[in-house]
Amino acid sequence: MAEEKKGELGSELSRRQFFTKLGLGSLSIAAVGTAAFSYQYLEPNVLYEPSPVVNAGKPDRYPLDSVTLDVNNGIYIIHSQEGYFSLSAVCTHLGCMTAWKQELGIIACPCHGSKFEQNGKKIEGPAPKPLPWKRVWLNDDGDLLVDRSTDVPPLARDSFVRV
Amino acid sequence: MAKTVDQYFDDLQQTRVWRSIFRSGTGSSTLKRALAIQQNVFLHLFSTKVRTRMLSFSATWYLGTLTLGTFLILVATGIPLMLYYHPSVPQAYADTKDLQFVVSSGMFLRNLHRWSAHAMVFLVFAHMFKVFYRGAYRTPREFNWVIGVVLLLITLLLSYTGYLLPWDQLAYWAITVGSNIASAVPLVGEKIHFLLLGGNAVNANALLRFYVLHCMILPLAAIFFVAIHFWRIRKDGGLYSHASEPATLRAASKDAAAATEAQ
Repeated sequence: MAEEKKGELGSELSRRQFFTKLGLGSLSIAAVGTAAFSYQYLEPNVLYEPSPVVNAGKPDRYPLDSVTLDVNNGIYIIHSQEGYFSLSAVCTHLGCMTAWKQELGIIACPCHGSKFEQNGKKIEGPAPKPLPWKRVWLNDDGDLLVDRSTDVPPLARDSFVRV
Repeated sequence: MAKTVDQYFDDLQQTRVWRSIFRSGTGSSTLKRALAIQQNVFLHLFSTKVRTRMLSFSATWYLGTLTLGTFLILVATGIPLMLYYHPSVPQAYADTKDLQFVVSSGMFLRNLHRWSAHAMVFLVFAHMFKVFYRGAYRTPREFNWVIGVVLLLITLLLSYTGYLLPWDQLAYWAITVGSNIASAVPLVGEKIHFLLLGGNAVNANALLRFYVLHCMILPLAAIFFVAIHFWRIRKDGGLYSHASEPATLRAASKDAAAATEAQ
């Protein structure tokens, strides 16, 4: 009987309880809003980063069977028998800049020792993935352009530029 | 009858985790209400008593105090270094060189900052080992161990963010590698990487973010947690409390006492 009474009383909100709930509720909503706006604020809407498209100059700058590292843009321009293609020079392990080792004929990373073939294929780790191929094409002036933001399938016919 | 929210909250307050974080018990008696104020670091910073025994060198080797010492040196040298350092891509490296070779006493301040940072990381680990092997993480000090782990992370983050500021090759590639490690977090890794650097690569935004983290956010967080850490030491019975020693140590001291009495 006493329990019943208690239940009845508990279901009825006093003025104080009502305002406590109202206050805490509004604060919670405000806190969620603040968190959302803080997250948006921390994410930049405009980036002043270099364009992903790089002009690599005239194709005849690159002799046949050569691998050229563009260290500022983090790409290789490779002139092979099949044509010109471009590889990302950024190691797929932790983002260090790899280097072409002419005497060994491989691409090697100085940070943790990953090794890649001239076509980007992984020889040994710790890199988890091969070096990605990047889209290459010729513009109207006959310059070789590379889009660093677009990967293309390795060794595919369309992934080469032939001059 | 189903439990009400209040009853769930009461149950929560009885759990071991809750009782390790909030030292005062529950209830509305005058004593409990006084304790709620007295046992809250933000409302009652100074502890009501200190045992002389806890100040003895043998208890701690002062490893925690020495860590605080290096932190104070880092604040005292870091603020003057900020007067000559611009966190911008064209200036950061040149300013660092100026501090090292042109500014009067700049080399002294910068090297003191650097060596204190190394010493602080070393001392934090030494302090942690000491606490671990002395069993000083046991009840009622579990929560202070947790705060200590937070302080260890803050110390490492302070080291990491400070590493980028000279803006040399070493700094650039260390932060490239380190931030790429962050992107290995499942699902949100790329997002964390982007927010940390304020972009897709280590650039002007990343330098400024690391500078703000290094000089404002992380030191303030460290001070906040250090305040709780120190205050909890006193509240939890001081640095040296016989009751929380490992049982083996107690037994050994008993044997030693018995041997002395027998002589």
